[in-house]
Amino acid sequence: MKIHIPTPLRSFTGGKETVSVSGSTVNGALAQLTTEYPELKPNLFTADGKLRSFVNLYLNEDDIRYLPAKEDSPTQESDELTIIPSIAGGCCR
Amino acid sequence: MLKIDYADYEAMRAHGEETYPHECCGVLLGKSEGGLGNQVKALVRAGNTRTDSAHNRYNIAPVELIRIQRQARAQGLDIVGFYHSHPDHPAQWSVTDFAEAHWLGCSYVITAIEKGKAKITNSFLLSGTEEDNKTFQDESIEIHMADRQESLQESKA
Repeated sequence: MKIHIPTPLRSFTGGKETVSVSGSTVNGALAQLTTEYPELKPNLFTADGKLRSFVNLYLNEDDIRYLPAKEDSPTQESDELTIIPSIAGGCCR
Repeated sequence: MLKIDYADYEAMRAHGEETYPHECCGVLLGKSEGGLGNQVKALVRAGNTRTDSAHNRYNIAPVELIRIQRQARAQGLDIVGFYHSHPDHPAQWSVTDFAEAHWLGCSYVITAIEKGKAKITNSFLLSGTEEDNKTFQDESIEIHMADRQESLQESKA
């Protein structure tokens, strides 16, 4: 399956916008991704291994937080996983 | 340095005037020039999902970001930055802006809108190698006037 890498993380994938992996779940795919590109890991996960709160993961068109199995959702070769950090802010503190 | 065409620069500021007294937000598409800054090639307006507190907060829905990222890819461009407005507040990043900034290497542009009129626009580059060492750095904005000059030349001809 393909994993789409957002602009700020491409410096850790040798500039690649898309990385192909063969995990059978979202977690498996991410494990393979971070094994191949270890510098990605601290940018995606906290020290205790949890997905950072600002990192959104979309399996095809679905936010994995709303899928029944979440990060353990099964994946197929034709699937696309998109990593997209959140964008927010505002004035006054 | 952030390089942007005059038309895009003005469109960004006009967006802030249109949404006043609420914050506007949008995405800058272009190319990163490897340590030399970001060059903007296109501007995409985004919706502010923070309707509960739109006067001092903004958020772009991830699904909209994905759509914009696909659009960028189709155009051979990347997401190189974001813009938003500060209604009746300075064009300076806030604690919230910093806490919610996660796109390292991208430009965060802020326009102060005073009583509905765009005033100062500043850009801040989110630097660092990971979330734990990120910083905002003041970034100059180079506004390209080419299109305007061409139109002026055309009117003279």
